[in-house]
Amino acid sequence: MIRFLLKRFGIMVTTLFIIATATFFLMKLLPGTPYSNPDKLSEQQIAMMNQKYGLDQPVPIQYARYMGNLIQGDLGVSLHYKGRPVSQIILERIGPSALIGFQALIFGSFIGLALGIISALKPNTLFDYGSVTLAVLGMSIPSFVLASLLQYYIGVKLKWLPPGLWESYTSSLLPSLALSVIVIATVARFIRGEMLEVLGQEYIMTARAKGVTEWGVVMRHVLRNSLIPVVTMMGPLAVGIITGTLVVEKIFSVPGLGEQFILSIMSKDYSVIMGVTLFYSALFILTVFVVDVLYGILDPRIRETEGGRT
Amino acid sequence: MNRPILAVDNLEVSFHTQSGIVDAVRGVSFSLQKGETLAIVGESGSGKSVTAKSILGLLPKQIASKRAGKIIYEGKNILEFSLRKMQALRGAEISMVFQDPMTSLNPTMTIGKQLMEGLYRHRKVSKAKAAQKAVEMLQMVGIPNAEERVNTYPHQFSGGMRQRVVIAMALACDPKILIADEPTTALDVTIQAQIMDLMRNLQKKTGTAIILITHDLGVVAKMAQKVAVMYAGEIVETGPVEDIFYRPMHPYTRGLLQSMPRLDAPRDEPLIPIPGFPPDLSHPQRGCPFAPRCAHVMKVCNAFFPLPKETHNGHMAKCWLLDERANHRDRLVRECREVSDHG
Repeated sequence: MIRFLLKRFGIMVTTLFIIATATFFLMKLLPGTPYSNPDKLSEQQIAMMNQKYGLDQPVPIQYARYMGNLIQGDLGVSLHYKGRPVSQIILERIGPSALIGFQALIFGSFIGLALGIISALKPNTLFDYGSVTLAVLGMSIPSFVLASLLQYYIGVKLKWLPPGLWESYTSSLLPSLALSVIVIATVARFIRGEMLEVLGQEYIMTARAKGVTEWGVVMRHVLRNSLIPVVTMMGPLAVGIITGTLVVEKIFSVPGLGEQFILSIMSKDYSVIMGVTLFYSALFILTVFVVDVLYGILDPRIRETEGGRT
Repeated sequence: MNRPILAVDNLEVSFHTQSGIVDAVRGVSFSLQKGETLAIVGESGSGKSVTAKSILGLLPKQIASKRAGKIIYEGKNILEFSLRKMQALRGAEISMVFQDPMTSLNPTMTIGKQLMEGLYRHRKVSKAKAAQKAVEMLQMVGIPNAEERVNTYPHQFSGGMRQRVVIAMALACDPKILIADEPTTALDVTIQAQIMDLMRNLQKKTGTAIILITHDLGVVAKMAQKVAVMYAGEIVETGPVEDIFYRPMHPYTRGLLQSMPRLDAPRDEPLIPIPGFPPDLSHPQRGCPFAPRCAHVMKVCNAFFPLPKETHNGHMAKCWLLDERANHRDRLVRECREVSDHG
């Protein structure tokens, strides 16, 4: 198990390194400068600023310098917000994003599981058709369209929930709801399919032949075996949520990390772009890792082969 | 004769499929005495598995559209039982072993837990008692290191060992009837023999009655006292095992016996297959279902369904050749003798 973890950790660090490199050079291809009104600055002023932030150096040197700092855990300072460290900006901004994301993921998973399980247990009923239709809709409507609709009808017309900004806890509900629809749809569709397949397996008939009640069959035999593939889905879903926040935060004017990310790209705030990208990537890689570990816990067959003898 | 522990009377099962309604089981009747082994033989699609599964009510409701007839267990018609009553019966009174041990165990549950599940359900025992019984059951079916093996998962067992586990599970609550649905079909030949020996020994020990579903006549000869030959959803011949093997009355039974490989036959002697295919049960024809494949077919066979003819001590067959009016009768009897001389 330890060998497995070490190997995985090595792969994770390598991945991050590659992402950092690619992002750095791609970012340097962006046209424009980090200064808000470059037309009003004299050439001398620009040269001075460039020198101060090391932007007068050739790109490979800048890259080497950045990576050197990165290895020491230093994400640098913002070019846009006078010398504020990038890590501090991320920490300040992550709160709302994390709240929205987690809420969407957890709420979405629960509702999705409930819908999917009931559908699978009562296949080809009105409920089943309803939830399958809902799932297809939920997967095909982009979250930003849904976010705008929710904002307009629930926030502006009905005034049930605040349509934007970040003032109280209730402000987080609409963005979470907008993000959770894709989770509900994906999880419901997936667990329905998996459960129907597992229900057709012979070991389910074995369990029934033992006299196990339908409740016991579902709880002890069907659910666990159907959850395994669903857990794999959670990785990409969590990533979808992370990228989803980028747009949804903008629509609801939530001061989250996603909004900051977009702002920093607009203003060519190089160090913030790098920092946030790396942060998102690390989050993604970590999610995939957690999913893999969970997979092993749920499925004894994987434990044996990947984690060595347990 | 004693009252049978299980009596199936005119059982009919139909399925809804995309090509229409399929009458998979069409009026099957048989009975099982305490401690007896009844073998149900027939080729794929003859309705033997469906018969077995409908005894425990295990056919999915959405597909099995119609069930008629009676299944009498200890004086009660269990075909009319509610799901709850059936669940109390399954595993405790009647249990079942399935064909493929690679798929009939839950891959994410330790075999100990799977063994204990039925005990909790039916015997209301404590956890320690159930765990102890699980180990005992594994020892009984010949699994070495049973104390350690209870905590392992099915994928850590070979096919033969898994089938032993499945048998242990089925016998955990001392059921009165064990239905074994082709328990050795998915196993190697050497393992097959071991599993059959195990089942025979366990039957001696526990006195469980067995309904053995198989298409392997060698297994039948070793295990069963009574045989029912199924064809196209019907029992076409049934009787004591000696009668079926040495005095078969139905041309289909004779065909099955002739198609069996034997060790004493010359090596270049080809097996004799039964020509043709089993009938399509979604479009049942009039008359005898075996008529299109039968070498002795008469006009009457295609027009009318043959009535059961019983000779002596429960040997019955449904064939027009057995009718006094059939002019092939002499030839039929002669051929029966030839087959029995071979055996």
